[in-house]
Amino acid sequence: MMEAQLKLIEKPVVEMKGIVKKFGDIVANDHVNFTLNKGEIHALLGENGAGKTTLMNILYGLYKPDEGAIYINGSRVEIKSPKDAIKYGIGMVHQHPRLVTTLTIAENIALSLREVNYLSSLSRVKDLVSSFSRKYGLRVDPDAKIWQLSYSEQQKVEILRELIKGATILILDEPTAMLTSSERDELFKALREMVKEGKSIIFITHKLEEALSISDRITVLRKGKVVASLSPREVDEKTLAKLMIGYEVKCELDKPKAVRGRRTLLVDKIRVLNDRGVLAVKDISFEVFEGEVFGIAGVAGNGQKELVEAITGLRKVEGGIIKLFDVDITNGKNRDFVDLNLAHIPENRIQMGVVLDLSVEENLILRRYKFPPFSKGIALDYRAISSHAKKLIEDYDIVTKSEKDPAKFLSGGNIQRLILARELSWNPRLIIAYHPTYGLDVAATSYIRSMLLSRRNEGAAILLISEDLDEIVQMSDRIAVMYEGEILGIMNSENLDINKLELMIGGVRP
Amino acid sequence: MILIKLEKRQEASAKSNAIILVLSVLLALAIASLIFAAQGVDPISSYKEIFLSAFASSRGLAFTITKAIPLALCGIGLTLVFKANIWNIGAEGQLLLGSITATWLALFALRGYPSLVLIPLMFILGFMAGAAWAFIPAILKAKLNVNEIIVTLMLNYVAFKLVEYLIYGPWRGAREWGFPITEEFPKSAWLPQIPGTQIHYPTLALALVSAALVYLLMSRTKIGFEAKVYGLNPDAARYAGINHLKVILITMLISGGLAGLAGVGEVAGIHHRLRYPWSISCGYGYAAIIVAWLARLNPLAAIPVSIFLGGLFVGGYSIQTSLNLPFSVVNMFNGLILSTLVASEILFQYRIKLVKS
Repeated sequence: MMEAQLKLIEKPVVEMKGIVKKFGDIVANDHVNFTLNKGEIHALLGENGAGKTTLMNILYGLYKPDEGAIYINGSRVEIKSPKDAIKYGIGMVHQHPRLVTTLTIAENIALSLREVNYLSSLSRVKDLVSSFSRKYGLRVDPDAKIWQLSYSEQQKVEILRELIKGATILILDEPTAMLTSSERDELFKALREMVKEGKSIIFITHKLEEALSISDRITVLRKGKVVASLSPREVDEKTLAKLMIGYEVKCELDKPKAVRGRRTLLVDKIRVLNDRGVLAVKDISFEVFEGEVFGIAGVAGNGQKELVEAITGLRKVEGGIIKLFDVDITNGKNRDFVDLNLAHIPENRIQMGVVLDLSVEENLILRRYKFPPFSKGIALDYRAISSHAKKLIEDYDIVTKSEKDPAKFLSGGNIQRLILARELSWNPRLIIAYHPTYGLDVAATSYIRSMLLSRRNEGAAILLISEDLDEIVQMSDRIAVMYEGEILGIMNSENLDINKLELMIGGVRP
Repeated sequence: MILIKLEKRQEASAKSNAIILVLSVLLALAIASLIFAAQGVDPISSYKEIFLSAFASSRGLAFTITKAIPLALCGIGLTLVFKANIWNIGAEGQLLLGSITATWLALFALRGYPSLVLIPLMFILGFMAGAAWAFIPAILKAKLNVNEIIVTLMLNYVAFKLVEYLIYGPWRGAREWGFPITEEFPKSAWLPQIPGTQIHYPTLALALVSAALVYLLMSRTKIGFEAKVYGLNPDAARYAGINHLKVILITMLISGGLAGLAGVGEVAGIHHRLRYPWSISCGYGYAAIIVAWLARLNPLAAIPVSIFLGGLFVGGYSIQTSLNLPFSVVNMFNGLILSTLVASEILFQYRIKLVKS
């Protein structure tokens, strides 16, 4: 009874009220209220782009909110920088470790402790690291260099660093994204240890099962707004998926029924590692046929990038086989055949799809320069290149003063038109489009979607990978969902069970 | 309050490029004049001396052009590798390998062969030797991602020591009174010179031809396109199916080979023997880095720029005697020019705007 009363008068450790944050026209946080109580693990659930990280960056002092107020232990505070944040006991572990890779663990932690004299107290820091790591079961060797550590070990270092700095409120941004299941269990155990002694944890995730299993409370963000804040006991996966994704069927794109032709792409039990050497694509198999759009939905970071790079020959495949028609294209085999038949609209159009300092005309031959009419022996035929560019600029309405201008003068939408023009200009049989409309305005988006659909209608096969569920549902004839490197299921888009789709995106197997 | 704002240039015109280049050279001269003044030397008269000695007399001009030949050959090669964003700092060593090879042919392997056979072979094998020296950092970078700056730089010292070993050891000339030099090349291995000067014109012709060829390679061929794409955006190069191994190897081999030609020219055209490495090269391979940057990585522009820098070398010799200044003044100039040039790089891309707030 006494205890319950005490709990009642105890103020929440963090209260964020009416937080608004805009980036240009995009509202990342729209009057968000968020409350964290002492000693709880609070899951912040949402898809990519829902505003979870933005909200936490505001709490950590990296962004300044446009509106709203933050209260720590009941009193209003201004958090202008991470330095202020740690003053209030707030620590954050980012999705990607921010450590000096050539230094040891102890040295990295010493660097973040302002009051420590680096040279004289390194041994004291080592003691601190050892005692904290024993206490929470986060075992690390303080003398190990960061570059020798696995991802999960680096994450432990970051958590230890925040704890040693005195964090009582710990923000973890998608901490399990790159962990194996045993590493994840270890992390969860450590987190429970921390809350037991009164620390409070905010756990950002898009995985339904995790939110339900680890947290004491779940706040769901969707498109910058809080849609629910509830206890895991009063909710099931299905409701949670609905809350997180909240897909509403919009007007269908006008598209004729798919006329399925030959099998274009065969992906058979392929396994692919990510940059950290961890298996990111786990025995995936699927086929794509002429005349259909095969959509892959799912939150980014579930192996989509590695899958696309494997198919396009940019990443090594550890096992399995990939065929374009009946030609083996695994591990970049038959590159010329691939270049002639496969169009690739890459995920990051600025970083990969174009060379900003080269001219528009040179960019328009980027994946084609090896072939006639552009190349003749060792020489390039710039007359053919120019006339090819002029034609494409007109056909695809690319706004540029001249084909000789560098691509960096083009707007984002025009760069995507340029890439599309280049990739579609030779009638590829398979088009791989990865986030093809990401960040584009409405007009450019609908142009690109209709362009892709018209290719489908003409009999090309399209593999569409996107986080935008609208795009996937409107465009696709069949939809697969990727989660943690696996395809959880493939569905026909006719009579689509949206609920099932949402659950799969949240990681629930059908 | 007035704020300085940097605004991205929409178009970097040729005119503004030229202005910025001239300004950065002038700025370097201005800084150098402070150092002259601190030494008690009138900067204006020393600049006049440098200019007059290098360009005003036909003798001076001939000397300047002689110096410009190795600068141009090394610099042209560097415009190509730098375009591919590969940092070959090893032209100096690649040049010395060309010199060693020419010496080996002239004194040992093809001793007594007629010029018609010997000289072309000296250039061909000299090119290959410079290319081979550049192959080491190139393959290490391409296969193992080893930093090419460090390897090329270190190989300069190895080449340097190699020359020293040869002239102090097995190749020391028997009739040279114990000096660390080889004996003189037979006349058949001497490059013809323009009468009255030291301008070994076959090498000069090679420099002019290679400037044109490298220009065409960069602007009109597949490998030039691949090098540009790889240099500007390696991710896009991977996406476009460009083989980075091929780009690194070809550009490095050409660059090393051209430096090797310069090395052949120096021993067969001027010294007629292998001697102490600093006397053969006096830092051409390093100065060529400045040539390439001053030329804005345009191989054709590398020709006039090397004449300008060649003039600096000549002027440097001259103020040694007339004004009693050390030759390191030339190195100081080179360093200052590179610094001001790198510092003004931002002006090539941005326009400075003053904004009132």
